[in-house]
Amino acid sequence: MGLKLKALCKSPWIFHINTGACNNCDIELVDALTPRFDVERLGVLLVGTIRHADVLVVTGGVTQQAAPRLRRLHQQAPKPCLVIACGTCACTKGIFHDGYHMVGPVDEIVPVDIYIPGCPPKPEAIIDAVVKLLRKVA
Amino acid sequence: MNALGALLLVLVFPGFAFTFAFAMVFAWIDRKVTARVQWRVGPPFLQPVYDFIKLLGKEVIVPAGGARVLFLLAPLLGLAAVTVSSTLVWQGNIWPEKGFVGDLIVVIYLLTIPSLSVILGGLASNNRVASLGASREMKMILSYELPLVLALVVPIINADNSIRLGEMLQSQPAVWHVSGILAFMVAIICMQAKLGLVPFDIAEAETEVMGGPFVEYSGAPLAIIKLTRSMMLFLMPVFLVTVFWGGITGGGGIVGTVLGCLKVLLLLVIVILLRNTNPRVRIDQAVGFFWGPWVTGVALLAVALALLRNVIWA
Repeated sequence: MGLKLKALCKSPWIFHINTGACNNCDIELVDALTPRFDVERLGVLLVGTIRHADVLVVTGGVTQQAAPRLRRLHQQAPKPCLVIACGTCACTKGIFHDGYHMVGPVDEIVPVDIYIPGCPPKPEAIIDAVVKLLRKVA
Repeated sequence: MNALGALLLVLVFPGFAFTFAFAMVFAWIDRKVTARVQWRVGPPFLQPVYDFIKLLGKEVIVPAGGARVLFLLAPLLGLAAVTVSSTLVWQGNIWPEKGFVGDLIVVIYLLTIPSLSVILGGLASNNRVASLGASREMKMILSYELPLVLALVVPIINADNSIRLGEMLQSQPAVWHVSGILAFMVAIICMQAKLGLVPFDIAEAETEVMGGPFVEYSGAPLAIIKLTRSMMLFLMPVFLVTVFWGGITGGGGIVGTVLGCLKVLLLLVIVILLRNTNPRVRIDQAVGFFWGPWVTGVALLAVALALLRNVIWA
């Protein structure tokens, strides 16, 4: 298990899931993947399919529509995989706290490894969180 | 040649272990140069190795309703083919007298198998996107194989109709003639398509079909697929240098060997720059391009020129 997780921390491929975000966190997340921040230095790649993913980045408080899909995506991801809740909504439901359609923050649906508060979090904050997560796991 | 020697040849040098090491280096060069083109720093040197180990450690998921055995065997088929063809090409380079008549033909056939394994794996995974990618890969094979084989006929004609890699190396390199240069350029474009890189990465097209035939692969089979692709990235430039440009050893000596390695690196950089400066084309555009006058036409012209030259000299 040690070597497995160590290698995973050296090349975390991320998969982005929007579970009802206002798109602001998504913009910042995509911003964090631009050449300006160059996360490939850390081995981070954005992948197009859940089967290649090691880290699921979830943005947005989970809506009724998104909850079963998020659960299913987490089951479809090959283990070991890590989950990041990105943005205040994903951590606590944020300003949608009393929304009639909200199921709950991400950690009520799938286990979350690290939370990034902020509305939206800056790209630097996202990268910082990823590094902290990888240090925690390794 | 006894059995043990043949086994060593295929598994260690110049077969699997050797190709593996250089595949990792070439994959890193690819990513690093890409990063530099985009004004980034790029991944560390061991990044492809980390990726490989990580994928080996991940869970392997076989999709429900997929053909289990074929799904898992297809990547191995591609890996085996690229290993054996690498062995043959390097054997032709290092020990020119060792090869057999027609090893060039065997290499051409073996180099098609990784693409076939991609098709098999994609169709076995019971996924619509994967079968879409597999059908695109089929069309790509149909489009680039014709000009590639036509281009490879030119050095055969130039080397007195020899189809032994060792003999071809001992004759004058094909790029010394106009026909050879034309055929070489055609072959470079076909190499881009064979490697499945932009602008001809239509089969995997991450933004349209999410990885195409590889969409359901995870864990160790995905690691093998990535490794096969890196090995192809290493083997194809070596193969083209062998056939068209005098080989790795360049007629012997340290200077020739260094020059041969530089030639391979030059081809690699051409591939990387083509990939970074071009948008992806549609599948119909790709087929039209490869069967049109600029690729197949030029290849036919090169063959005609080579034949003409033979007639005049004879």
